[in-house]
Amino acid sequence: MTILCAGINHHNAPIEVREKFAIGGNDLQESLAQLRAIDGLFGAVIVSTCNRVEFYAASVCPMRVMDGMRRFIDKRAGVTEAPFYTHDSHLSIRHLFRVASGLDSMVIGETEILGQIKQAYTTAFKFGATNVHLNKLFQNAFRVAKQVRSETQITRGSTSVGSVAVDLAGKIFGDLSGRKVMLLGAGDTSERVARSLVSRGVRTVIVANRTFDRAAALADEIGGLAVHFDHWHTAFDEVDILICSTAAPHPIVTREKLEAIMQSHQERPLFIIDLAVPRDVHPSVNDLENVYLYDIDSLEQIARQSIEVRQGEITRCEKMIDRHVRDFLLWMRNHPGAIR
Amino acid sequence: MDAYLLAAATFCLLSSFGHTLFKLGSGRVQPGRLNLVMMIVAFGLLSTDLWMRGEVQRSCPINSLFDVLVFMSWSTILIYFVVGSAYRLSLLGAFTSPLVLGILLFAQITPINRDAHMRLFRDHWIELHAALSIISYGAFALAGVAGLMYLLQNRQLKKRKGGTLLYNLPPITDLGIANARLIWLGLILLTVSFAAGFASGMQVNTLKFWTSAGIWAAYALMVLLRGIHTMAPKRTAILSVGVFIFILVTLPVIQHLSNPK
Repeated sequence: MTILCAGINHHNAPIEVREKFAIGGNDLQESLAQLRAIDGLFGAVIVSTCNRVEFYAASVCPMRVMDGMRRFIDKRAGVTEAPFYTHDSHLSIRHLFRVASGLDSMVIGETEILGQIKQAYTTAFKFGATNVHLNKLFQNAFRVAKQVRSETQITRGSTSVGSVAVDLAGKIFGDLSGRKVMLLGAGDTSERVARSLVSRGVRTVIVANRTFDRAAALADEIGGLAVHFDHWHTAFDEVDILICSTAAPHPIVTREKLEAIMQSHQERPLFIIDLAVPRDVHPSVNDLENVYLYDIDSLEQIARQSIEVRQGEITRCEKMIDRHVRDFLLWMRNHPGAIR
Repeated sequence: MDAYLLAAATFCLLSSFGHTLFKLGSGRVQPGRLNLVMMIVAFGLLSTDLWMRGEVQRSCPINSLFDVLVFMSWSTILIYFVVGSAYRLSLLGAFTSPLVLGILLFAQITPINRDAHMRLFRDHWIELHAALSIISYGAFALAGVAGLMYLLQNRQLKKRKGGTLLYNLPPITDLGIANARLIWLGLILLTVSFAAGFASGMQVNTLKFWTSAGIWAAYALMVLLRGIHTMAPKRTAILSVGVFIFILVTLPVIQHLSNPK
């Protein structure tokens, strides 16, 4: 029995090409049925995400099945030579393990792909499109991904400014439910961070913007309140997270101003995310007790650090994966039959 | 036999601490099950040791400085089991094991007094007073550990550099709350212990009285000022570490003064 893989991903094709091959949930059953009709193919799983479309198959006559898969792909996309990579046995097993572990993702170590592969496998299994070898292969892939995630730092930290900010909020407040956020300026990044915080349970969002209409529109969208920019400090009571992104040429949040406000803040911490350039918050604010100020540079530095840590872990992950590939090939040798 | 039990408990805590250091070296601090298992085994061994010595002494085994240090180690782990899981502060164990290890090693290696000073008559009030005092010190020890973790996390957050410790330490708000509640718990236990001491009508040395009263007042002040929001969590954390160090330093003197003449 041989495991085959044919696919296209963000490494070898831009989105304009990838989108031609994408297989939506509605087409999946039919596509799986067409693949299963290829002579000599005993099982198939289709993984279709925004970054990749991959076909995994189990067969005893790999050349014939690979030709059949190519014909299926070309026919589906209406092209003559689809830019698909192909792997057999050893490489296809290794490829799946790498993909499931997030090593082949655009953002190394991201975990969403594992859920997508699980979904793809469950669908194929439900339609009876898998065989014992593919079942074993995918179960192993899930186990490998779990081990890689728990025993290495491949998922350590966050890799974007927004997610670093949300992570830090978690490290300051723990549970974010019931927390209050104020947006000073309604830039795109601050809006994204605010949305992420809302999805993590933040209770109230107050938006203050020079253009009140923009503040009102954004507040309306994310279920918050709009206030006039000149009165932001009057609405500051009980604010836990302040996100600044105005176009002001000089700091609008100074130590003196904040010191007075923090008197009524009691012992609650204040997390300030300053996304503006020039900065909206004077750096000396970070010296205040219970105030944690992060500007765009410090957030980017932490994101870069996480990427470096993740990249440094790749070799460890590869070694772990190679060990599991050897184990799976051994299992394949001991179970060579064409079991459907 | 009890020497072997203590050595085995020390070995468990050493393994737990070594495991944490190894994980720290590999960039991961989050303690696994091994830490917890080692703490449970160490607790079991210490409990057995205390029970055996209690049987021999026919009283709560806190009749020498050696006894007190062992009992305090046991109390610290006990409070950790009660509080550690309640606040999901798993890393508290990683910080608790070196503290308990240090106390146990000090008790076993240094030439401190091991002779139990027995009272002629068994007084339950005095036993309750002594036992609760030491258990309250266990709570204060944990408060000190939570305070230290708070200060480390505060430093990490202020530095704005990220890092392994930042991601593995619990949220700073949770650490502040745990620190404050452990101080509360310790203060309640110490207050009940003092009440038991007064009820016994025992003669108290002036130095012992004022040292103990000073410790009680320091924690009471922390509770009061935190309650009326005039003391920031950072200052409470610093004070809880400082006062616990004071307890450790003055413990031999207090124990010496507590021995029946």
